[in-house]
Amino acid sequence: MAGIKSLDELKALRDKHRESVLGRDTGDSENKIRITVGMATCGIASGARETINAIIDEVAKEHLMNVVVVQSGCLGYCYAEPTVEVRFPGKEAVLYGNIDAKRGRELVQRHIKNGEIQKDWIIEKTFNNI
Amino acid sequence: MNMVNLTINGFKVSVPEGTSILDAAKKVNVHIPTLCYLDLHDIKMVNRTASCRVCVVEVEGRRNLAPACATEVTEGMVVKTDTLRAIKARRTMVELLLSDHPTDCLVCEKNTQCQLQKLAADLGVRKIRYKGKMSTYPKDSSSESIYRNLDKCIMCRRCETMCNEVQTCNVYSAVDRGFETVVSPAFGLPMIDTQCTFCGQCVAVCPTAALTQISHVAKVWEALSDPDKFVIVQTAPAIRVALGEKFGMEPGTIVTGKMVAALRRLGFDKVFDTDFAADVTILEEAHEFIDRLQNGGRLPILTSCCPSWVKFIEHQFPDLLDIPSTCKSPHIMFGTIAKTYLADKMGIDPEKIVVVSVMPCLAKKYEVVRPELQHEGKKNVDLVITTRELADMLLEAGIDFASLPDEDFDNPLGESTGASVIFGTTGGVIEAALRTAYEWLTNETLEDVEFHSVRGLDGLKEATVNINGEEIRIGVAHGLGNARKLLESIQKGESRYHAIEIMACPGGCIDGGGQPYHFGNLEIVKKRMEAIYTEDRNKKIRKSHENPEVLKMYKEYIGEVGGEKAHELLHTHYTKREKI
Amino acid sequence: MVKYRMDLLVCGGTGCQASGSSEVVETFKKEIEKEGLENEIQVITTGCFGFCEKGPIVKISPDNVFYVEVTPEKAVRIVKEHIIKGRVVEDYLYKEPETKEVLHEQNEMPFYKKQLRIALRNCGFIDPENIYEYIAVDGYQALGKVLTEMTPEKVIEEIKRSGLRGRGGGGFPTGVKWEMTRKSKSNQKYVICNADEGDPGAFMDRSILEGDPHSVLEAMAICGYCIGADKGYIYIRAEYPLAIQRLRIAINQAYEFGLLGKNILGTGFNFDIDLKYGAGAFICGEETALINSIEGGRGEPTVKPPFPAQKGLWKQPTNINNVETFANICPILLKGADWFSSIGTEKSKGTKVFALAGKVNNVGLVEVPMGLTLREIIYELGGGIKGDKKFKAVQTGGPSGGCIPAQNLDTPIDYDTLTQIGSMMGSGGMIVMDEDDCMVNIAKFYLEFSCEESCGRCTACRVGNTRMLEILNEITEGKGTMEHLDELKELGQIIKDSSLCGLGQTSPNPVLSTMNFFWDEYVAHVKDKNCPAGVCTALLKYFILPDKCVGCTACAKVCPTNAISGEVRKTHIIDQEKCIKCGACMATCRFNAITRR
Repeated sequence: MAGIKSLDELKALRDKHRESVLGRDTGDSENKIRITVGMATCGIASGARETINAIIDEVAKEHLMNVVVVQSGCLGYCYAEPTVEVRFPGKEAVLYGNIDAKRGRELVQRHIKNGEIQKDWIIEKTFNNI
Repeated sequence: MNMVNLTINGFKVSVPEGTSILDAAKKVNVHIPTLCYLDLHDIKMVNRTASCRVCVVEVEGRRNLAPACATEVTEGMVVKTDTLRAIKARRTMVELLLSDHPTDCLVCEKNTQCQLQKLAADLGVRKIRYKGKMSTYPKDSSSESIYRNLDKCIMCRRCETMCNEVQTCNVYSAVDRGFETVVSPAFGLPMIDTQCTFCGQCVAVCPTAALTQISHVAKVWEALSDPDKFVIVQTAPAIRVALGEKFGMEPGTIVTGKMVAALRRLGFDKVFDTDFAADVTILEEAHEFIDRLQNGGRLPILTSCCPSWVKFIEHQFPDLLDIPSTCKSPHIMFGTIAKTYLADKMGIDPEKIVVVSVMPCLAKKYEVVRPELQHEGKKNVDLVITTRELADMLLEAGIDFASLPDEDFDNPLGESTGASVIFGTTGGVIEAALRTAYEWLTNETLEDVEFHSVRGLDGLKEATVNINGEEIRIGVAHGLGNARKLLESIQKGESRYHAIEIMACPGGCIDGGGQPYHFGNLEIVKKRMEAIYTEDRNKKIRKSHENPEVLKMYKEYIGEVGGEKAHELLHTHYTKREKI
Repeated sequence: MVKYRMDLLVCGGTGCQASGSSEVVETFKKEIEKEGLENEIQVITTGCFGFCEKGPIVKISPDNVFYVEVTPEKAVRIVKEHIIKGRVVEDYLYKEPETKEVLHEQNEMPFYKKQLRIALRNCGFIDPENIYEYIAVDGYQALGKVLTEMTPEKVIEEIKRSGLRGRGGGGFPTGVKWEMTRKSKSNQKYVICNADEGDPGAFMDRSILEGDPHSVLEAMAICGYCIGADKGYIYIRAEYPLAIQRLRIAINQAYEFGLLGKNILGTGFNFDIDLKYGAGAFICGEETALINSIEGGRGEPTVKPPFPAQKGLWKQPTNINNVETFANICPILLKGADWFSSIGTEKSKGTKVFALAGKVNNVGLVEVPMGLTLREIIYELGGGIKGDKKFKAVQTGGPSGGCIPAQNLDTPIDYDTLTQIGSMMGSGGMIVMDEDDCMVNIAKFYLEFSCEESCGRCTACRVGNTRMLEILNEITEGKGTMEHLDELKELGQIIKDSSLCGLGQTSPNPVLSTMNFFWDEYVAHVKDKNCPAGVCTALLKYFILPDKCVGCTACAKVCPTNAISGEVRKTHIIDQEKCIKCGACMATCRFNAITRR
């Protein structure tokens, strides 16, 4: 590593590495967009790992600082795996089914970035959490 | 200079910026007791460790008490030295010190001269409220010179300041922590195994009996009472201007005659003068100097009268051991002469002769056991007592010193010149040597024998003397720290001197480690110095090479100055030593 | 650059390492590799999370799940369940002791709820050995800002306005200290970071250096810029090997990145930092003693003034701040003095890190805004007293501080309130005591510490403290008198008044404050020869309870001094004159018939 020559260089370096630590900041988790990928056996079998990695990659590419990507256990929609839930702060969660890696990337672009809910991919919620 | 105005006990006083509360208080005749504090500013030593906490005073607006010795005055300061809070704290500090101090005052070496004792008396301490564990340390009598009894150490650190900052010998430092803290050489080494030069300046400044001398008094009494022994005594030049102080006389009183009379009354068979040997030293040293000067020997030449300084160069500058003169110190020369020439002349078996030196010095005690200074396996000088020890003996013998008549030294070793008397003060040896070297080199009579530029208390002095058209440059250092500076300049090749005089003690022998305690009053030392020069002026003969008894000895016994016999009897060599 | 989808943040502070966090890290790495997830999941060793009571701590991000007391076995299960299947392992989460409720997130835990982490902001958050992570969280931005946009005067003004005070104990305003050093004229000045943390139980400085070393380096450089120094030293005790290692790594990285050394960020500003190791003497935390130690001299204080700001290291103007103080500098400069001064109390701004220890449920490191009450810290963050015992006192400020009783629990903590109630902030040690603690004995403990750590230079501290300790020994041995108590008070006051340095000026505090608040307990020791807490063995008496004694003679047989007498099947009795209080009878009795009081 050659020395950092100016404050601008330092800032650029900061921006480059920022995302790698940002997810750890749990101080205001309520104010972040949360993408949850179902990662139970059925999900993984249907390619949930590829999906989550694609989503993370896309989020990073777009420098979306306010997005947290996490995994969860079985959501109970084995027929529609991989499943992905998107929750904007203070809003009702939207649950998508059959999200492969390609759709995962598109989801980030359309729903997260542009705010367009992808109605076609939504699966009906069949229950409510108490 | 900016002046600062303040109030002390209600008195307004204005003092220069940087003045301590302690000094400012003196201006308004307010005495603040001190213990660890010691100001020898003529020789640039101030012990301001602020460790005893006896001088604490109240300063308005300050949370806690301030040590007067180490607190500088500030504008508008309001100081109170006599409040109950200050007095109580002060007295408690003394009580605490006493609670960890042996109370054997009646039989203590420092009895009546101890500053802690005096302080306790001044503050009216009648009871020690605190009791508990006491410090006990092994007593160190490993050296011939300095006795350490650290049970009596009060951690004033004066010895450390003196040893490390003034003398740059770095023997002492505080070791261990908490209650066990004590001043000690590295690794707790006994003094004999350290680089201590035994100058005794630590003893001179110690307020208690933690540091004293190894006494030879008992052995002197023994020798004096032995009918088979022929006991002769020699006195160094610095004794006669200081001994009177011990008997209530004004500092600077010359008591040569009374001293001789007193020594006779103690029972010495002969009372001689080290000055005789000092004249011999000048002859040998001047000869050596001229030899080096004319035959391309190594210059500068360094005087070698001071055993403390000799040990210093052996430890600190072992690569410079070819520089000092090879002359023995005067009292060792005297011992040698006494046990050869004098024994011969008087027809006494040298085995029976006991030579006692009265010296202002502790290093002389160590010097007499140096192996290379023995003559045929026997000591040249048998016993060394200090000025203080002599005074003790006179008191013990009930001699009323002040009313004694003046008496003269015995012959032949009692004859001396003004040149030899000034050996007792810084600059004196080199001045004496110049008086002789000048005349020998020029074959002219030196009319004005006084070289004032080498006199006084400046740490480093220099003079230039024109001899046969050549500028002879002289350097003088007293105090080993100053000596170190000079030697370093020689080591680096910066020194331009032809001859250098060095004395280990600041001020020279008049302020030696064996002199009556002055506890920081350097006015006393200055008066001793004046007295030395007065004694010189009072002498009829003021040049060593004119001492008739010395010349007679060379003619009858030694032969040529610097000759073979002279070398055998009067010269020595030096040993490399380690720094530790 | 690999983008990981999950970070396992494993605490690598000394406390968690001691309870096995290094093995946990190894296990995680091994298991994750086994599953082929090493490119998706990252294991990061971080600095201290503070919750040492429940270490080793593992936090999973971005899921925000906080596991406590993780062992290698538990790590295996966490990988299998949480990491692979996305199922949080509830068993390993923190359970609220009172409600038994399982808490998933760090923010929900009472231990963290009221914390505000400024100095500890990056501890447990970033990898301290990876400078990229520090840079990612705005590291060295404050230095960059200062060097390019601000004059030294402006920075000092900002620090002054923030109200930041020294966190090492004294509470001297940091900005004023910097200004004093700036105003001292000299060609050479120094910055020193005092990392000689020594109060018993305190470890905030160590945790900061272990968890976020760059924040201290950055602040030192800023300080250097402000006062006109190009050289800094970190004086750290050699007993902090992990902190030293992380500092070394951080310093090397900073040099490599041009954030230390010559011409930093192209601004022409130079700053070097060296480590200096202390040998562990408590007194070397005192700034003049510290300077002596760096210079190679004996670690002992010298008289102030002159202050280090005027004449410090090598007699040059020197600014010394403690680690925690430095750790506050960058956030102040990035977020502004107004932000900082909005936190805390009127005269004490910002937060303070406390090392919570003793008889509380949650032992650990907490950073809270100034002004929180002792009750909040002890009962909410600390989770209350262990074993439902009764709170007796809390000791703050280490050997320089005092003991604060229950009646002051609602005091809002800041520098001045603590001093008012006879204690002090100190470096932030907070040791909680319960009804089983004897206050005379506690005072003795602290005074013993001061006696051992005294440099021995001045009479007041060297001899005075020893004499005080001896009196305390007499009291706990049942030889105390009421005169002793008067003596203690007077001597303590004089030692405070007359000592040379801060150690001596505060060392009687533990004694004086316990005498003030627990006078009756002292009197009980002296007059009744009784230790109410049952701690001072010499004052205890053994008794046989007649209703429980069956007369089995077992006690009489083990008594080494034949102090117990009694016939078979009849109640035995202990002769108090003969009893040497060895406790053998009590250990032998199978009927709980022997009591001690």
